[in-house]
Amino acid sequence: MTAATLASPAPAANTPAPRPWTKKLELVCPAGTPAAMRAAIEAGADSVYCGFADETNARNFPGLNFSPTEMADAIAYAHKRNVKVLVAVNTFPRAGSPGSWHKAIDTIAAAGGDAAIVADIGLLDYACEKHPKLRLHLSVQAAAASADSIRYYVERFGVKRVVLPRVLTVAEIAALNKEIPCETEVFVFGGLCVMAEGRCSLSSYATGCSPNMNGVCSPPSHVAYHQEGGAFSSRLGEFLINKVPAGVPMPYPTLCKGRFTANGETSHIFEDPASLDASLLIPPLAEAGVTALKIEGRQRSRSYTDAVVRALRAAVDAHARGKPIDSRALMSLSEGATTTRGAYQKTWR
Amino acid sequence: MSSQSATVPELPAALSLGLRPLPLAPLSMALKILVRSAVHRHPAMFARLGDQAGKRFVIDPTDLPFVVVMTPRLDDPEIEAVRRGEEPAADARIAGPLAGLVGLVHGNYDGDALFFSRDLSVEGDMSAVVALRNALDDAEIDLVAEAAAVLGPLANPAERVGRIAAGVAERITGIAFARTRSEP
Repeated sequence: MTAATLASPAPAANTPAPRPWTKKLELVCPAGTPAAMRAAIEAGADSVYCGFADETNARNFPGLNFSPTEMADAIAYAHKRNVKVLVAVNTFPRAGSPGSWHKAIDTIAAAGGDAAIVADIGLLDYACEKHPKLRLHLSVQAAAASADSIRYYVERFGVKRVVLPRVLTVAEIAALNKEIPCETEVFVFGGLCVMAEGRCSLSSYATGCSPNMNGVCSPPSHVAYHQEGGAFSSRLGEFLINKVPAGVPMPYPTLCKGRFTANGETSHIFEDPASLDASLLIPPLAEAGVTALKIEGRQRSRSYTDAVVRALRAAVDAHARGKPIDSRALMSLSEGATTTRGAYQKTWR
Repeated sequence: MSSQSATVPELPAALSLGLRPLPLAPLSMALKILVRSAVHRHPAMFARLGDQAGKRFVIDPTDLPFVVVMTPRLDDPEIEAVRRGEEPAADARIAGPLAGLVGLVHGNYDGDALFFSRDLSVEGDMSAVVALRNALDDAEIDLVAEAAAVLGPLANPAERVGRIAAGVAERITGIAFARTRSEP
């Protein structure tokens, strides 16, 4: 199967048809709010991804996301500008009460959303049974990183694209693309989750709220910051995550990016707080057969969205024209004010 | 929309010092009128706050001699300028240079980036802080347009004058008091 042969879902009545799915490298951009979506589109997004303001999506933060009405308006707005809307319903339904998740899928289909981004097998089954024309993307939350796993999702549920976990090298992605009958989407910039996504329980352990079921990693209700003289500390639940002196950049209060003391040494035991920046790897990722580049950051502002989408739009266009890619300018937006190429080019301590 | 800047300008110290003796009652009155107008112009912003709208926030422009205390309820919003150190107990505090706080309202700065760089500090109820940040960011507010809107039929000429005044103020202070518009 090639990307050009993949069918688009039927658009809602009176809605202009979005551009066809093509093999051109697609820039998939975050939209935490309707204003951020407009900023992403204005800055050059090919697609935007967003979610509903409830537990059905993995960015369930206060004040963020879309109501069903806002989602329908957003889809109409994007389609008028030839931009696709991919809607994340990528948390795992609670046993016995999948109603909110089913309703989210129904709403996307009714509003003419271009794809639902789903992780849960039961929800994939519901979507492909109830809405066979709704295009399905496999969320990174499914942590599908092997050809056998991905083939299962494609063959059983008709998944058209898989968002790859951030644990693969470029060479591994190239090998994978030769073995699977669907598109791949990879993260190119933004916050870097270093765990097996959809399966991490660190935040659940500390707060009792699950990123995978309630949609919030390090929920703000459990985060506390404290100024002590020049030092600034962050806590998640009962755990001290970090304590930095004046002037030192402060990362997000996630356990995986925390600084802890072990064997007498204090360090970022799991991972350094750094943002992924794979803009210079766009050429090899394209060579590896990747279809779409995803920018992380639905929880960020429209200022971030504008700046990052513009920079990566320029990078993707430069690559398409065979020009060099300018990798500067995004440092100030990065967690810890540092960036990494993540697992794409693995180096180990 | 302006690009992200790593450096947040601070109000000139002499100007901040000069503001110290001024009475705060007129400013509080102006803020109340502004917020009541915003309730009518941006009900979705207040709705987006959800349960957090009843929380009391202290907004602390660290280069000004006062703080702003507000409770952004849709039905009965409260706002008041108070001398720093005399503010009542609050659920959350957001502190940073005036340019950073105004830039957040206008969407010219990213709150997380200001937090990473320590230009912005937050304390207290983080659900309230996050909700306020997201609601403001979605509202696409322009303070000059909001101030002009309270003048009703005179809003358009007032906004034109306000933009000229904001430009002059920006040249003196380095602070963008008007949103850079880039509508699609």
